[in-house]
Amino acid sequence: MTLAKMLTGAAVLSLTAGAAFAERASDGQLNILYWQAPSILNPYLSGGTKELEAASLVIEPLARYDETGTMVPYLVDEIPTLENGGISEDLTTITWKLSDGVVWSDGTPLTAEDVVFTWEYCTNPDGGCAQASNFTDVTNVEAVDASTVKITFGVAKPFPYGPFVGGQSPILQKAQFAECLGAKAVECTEQNFAPIGTGPFTVTEFKANDVALFAANENYRDPAKPAFATVLFKGGGDAAAAARSVLETGEFDYAWNLQVEPEVLSQMQAAGKGEIISAFGTSVERIMVNQTNPDSALGDERGTVKHPHPFLTDRRVSRALSLAIDREILVEAGYGAAGQVTCNVLPAPAVYASTNNDWCKTQDIAAANALLDEAGWEVGSDGVRTKDGMRLSLLYQTSTNSVRQGTQALIKQMWSEIGVETELRNIDGSVFFGGDQSSPDTFQKFFADVEMYTNNFDGTDPETYMANWACNEIPSPENQWLGDNMPRHCNPEYDALVAEFGKTSGIEARAAIAIKMNDMLMEAGVIIPLIHRGNPSAKSNTLGGVKMSDWDSELWNIADWYRID
Amino acid sequence: MLNYTIRRLLFAIPTLLAISFIIFIVLDLSPGDPTGNLPLTIPPEVREQIRLSLGLGEPFPIRYLKWCQQFFINEPLNMIEQWTGWTIGSGERLRVLSWSTRSPVVDLVVERMPQTLWVVGMSQIVAVIIAVPIGVISAYKQYSIFDQIGTFISMIGFSVPTFFTGLILIVIFSVQLGWLPSVYDTTHRVTDWNSFWVQVRQMAMPTMVLALATTAQISRFMRASMLDNLNQDYVRTARAKGLRERSVVMIHVLRNSMIPVVTVIALGIPGVFGGAIITEQIFKVNGLGQLLILGIQGADIPLVQTLTFIFAVLIVMFNLIADVLYGILDPRIRYD
Repeated sequence: MTLAKMLTGAAVLSLTAGAAFAERASDGQLNILYWQAPSILNPYLSGGTKELEAASLVIEPLARYDETGTMVPYLVDEIPTLENGGISEDLTTITWKLSDGVVWSDGTPLTAEDVVFTWEYCTNPDGGCAQASNFTDVTNVEAVDASTVKITFGVAKPFPYGPFVGGQSPILQKAQFAECLGAKAVECTEQNFAPIGTGPFTVTEFKANDVALFAANENYRDPAKPAFATVLFKGGGDAAAAARSVLETGEFDYAWNLQVEPEVLSQMQAAGKGEIISAFGTSVERIMVNQTNPDSALGDERGTVKHPHPFLTDRRVSRALSLAIDREILVEAGYGAAGQVTCNVLPAPAVYASTNNDWCKTQDIAAANALLDEAGWEVGSDGVRTKDGMRLSLLYQTSTNSVRQGTQALIKQMWSEIGVETELRNIDGSVFFGGDQSSPDTFQKFFADVEMYTNNFDGTDPETYMANWACNEIPSPENQWLGDNMPRHCNPEYDALVAEFGKTSGIEARAAIAIKMNDMLMEAGVIIPLIHRGNPSAKSNTLGGVKMSDWDSELWNIADWYRID
Repeated sequence: MLNYTIRRLLFAIPTLLAISFIIFIVLDLSPGDPTGNLPLTIPPEVREQIRLSLGLGEPFPIRYLKWCQQFFINEPLNMIEQWTGWTIGSGERLRVLSWSTRSPVVDLVVERMPQTLWVVGMSQIVAVIIAVPIGVISAYKQYSIFDQIGTFISMIGFSVPTFFTGLILIVIFSVQLGWLPSVYDTTHRVTDWNSFWVQVRQMAMPTMVLALATTAQISRFMRASMLDNLNQDYVRTARAKGLRERSVVMIHVLRNSMIPVVTVIALGIPGVFGGAIITEQIFKVNGLGQLLILGIQGADIPLVQTLTFIFAVLIVMFNLIADVLYGILDPRIRYD
């Protein structure tokens, strides 16, 4: 075959392949099942993942993150950087240039004014905007001309991609929301239920907490997309039923957040109608090790830095606790394809992941016992270690969730092998994670020795996340128990690194600092990471083009999805 | 009778006000935070802002009075405006807004009414249609094969929970046979015979699951009540005077036996509006039951408060209706 023939062949192939899904609205209806239904389609008023992802079909940010965590320009032609002059030398401004010809679904052009308005909308003090943290340190957003937006920060921002990047801060249409600023935001039901967007779909019907219907956007910038004419976005039921409707009955094409026992999922998958896919972001199921004394006898001072924990401040103890855990078993029992063993509290993106703590990957009971012996804990007659009349006994709390309770039971068993007694406790999620000042059971108050939950960070930059364990983030009665430093870790060296992180630009240099901070936390033993959690979703075998990203909405590239016949 | 009804209605007002106050106190004292289910990446300052924007910063009595004003004054006015097209006052008044959806609670309730009434209401109707004949025949032919089978089926209905029967039906009819959908589509519109058939198919499983449980209950009541009456003197008299057996059973005995059954049915109707929390979840019907449970989970106090109060009103109303029905069924019962 000559080269010319091969080229023609390839050209013909690519043409036909393109033609198969090169027509808008040619693939009928796409059925998506989110078992927790979206309650509103304005992510600024909810903050929940389900609302954010449902809204991502309609409203879009300037740039999104793809499945590898790389930024993809959406409403702009290129991502501003120091090199192309989009970011100023002093790191305080970033200038975005909107693409030409982008229009809203009602046909009016997208302008820089809309972007400015979105910032005003979210930062209005009476609005209760759930995504306000995306606009931290932003002092001004201005429209330089109709298609140029300049964002100014009050401080030098080495990573200025917080505002308007990723699913959390999409652009709202000024014309539609102009009357909904501040306290008025909640009364604009019509707007909140059917925002006008630039995305591939438009809202045709929305029933809160039940169902949303979308239709292909006639004015979408790519004339060949989206392939689906309509989207049915149904909610309700539970995770197992959602998995069944994709994998077994085939009624739905895509189901989200399937935290179901792994053996149940693999059984369903055997029906051959669909498959489980996972995206790994930054979620880590971890055990926080309390550095302060939670004893109720201390009254108002319990759980504050005035009273260090009687034995958990000894890093040998917490290292022994970590070594005694067989993380592989936890993954197998509770997570399956949706979990990986991790020894870092910062496991991703890959460039930020440390490899210095891999000792925790394999269980080592002998080493754990040796550490406790060295620390002076002796095994008593009932198998529980004691030291100076104090028993090595832990109160271990977490939120109510069957997988978490399973993990708790396994860890209790593993810890009993090294002579640690564990009392288990679980608290309803809305109380545990709800910041109710009057409740003693919140994860911030942390009136227990160890507690387990998952946390993550949005986007790809860990700066704010790593700053969680600085001294000034310690929850205490003085700051109404607000703050994210649950273990109450305080180390001036760490604080210095936090400050340095805020001044360093360039991915490699930032990664080096992040790894150092992660290792410091692991060495101090204030956090015992367990599992790097992925988000499992199910997709039908007839659905193509899905590229699950945990860095943005899972449905970020829904415009590219198509039906495989 | 009319006097009695009016008196009862007047009594209902303070009762309902007290109920609404108690519901409000209980909800206020219960732990839970409307921002508790948000992702942990949302910082506490932002959460505090959200709570303030929901009006949680105000003291308890003010919030209660505000709810009263919104529910007892603004909502009825709004309803009148919608029905008549008039504008009363400025037309601008704050309605009871749900915290999680930021939309008026009453609209949410209205939106969910159709599927709840279709599914749960139909199950009640089906249950009554099946249960009354079963109860009558079982009692008339006590200890016959029919009675034994009827008893067996009602025992199943009583003892097997709906989350189990629901799953069994899904596995058989959706997964194995593929006949019926396991997900209820609330956007479906009935426009012709074809779409009516689709509606029947999607209602079939949830309705049957619920009807089984209700049938069991009603048929047992019916049977017991019929047995009581069949041995009464008036039945012997009726037979002695030569009435046909059919009219003895179907007119004399049945009518007298209906009194306790009417109570069960009437008090079951508020339950219809309450939805069927578990069955709705299984078949994703997303009616009032699911709305309530989501409200509770999300600590959406205005939603839970309004819904539970509406249920309270319905229960008080249907109690009254049951009492009035006694008088119609049995002319000896008079309240004046």
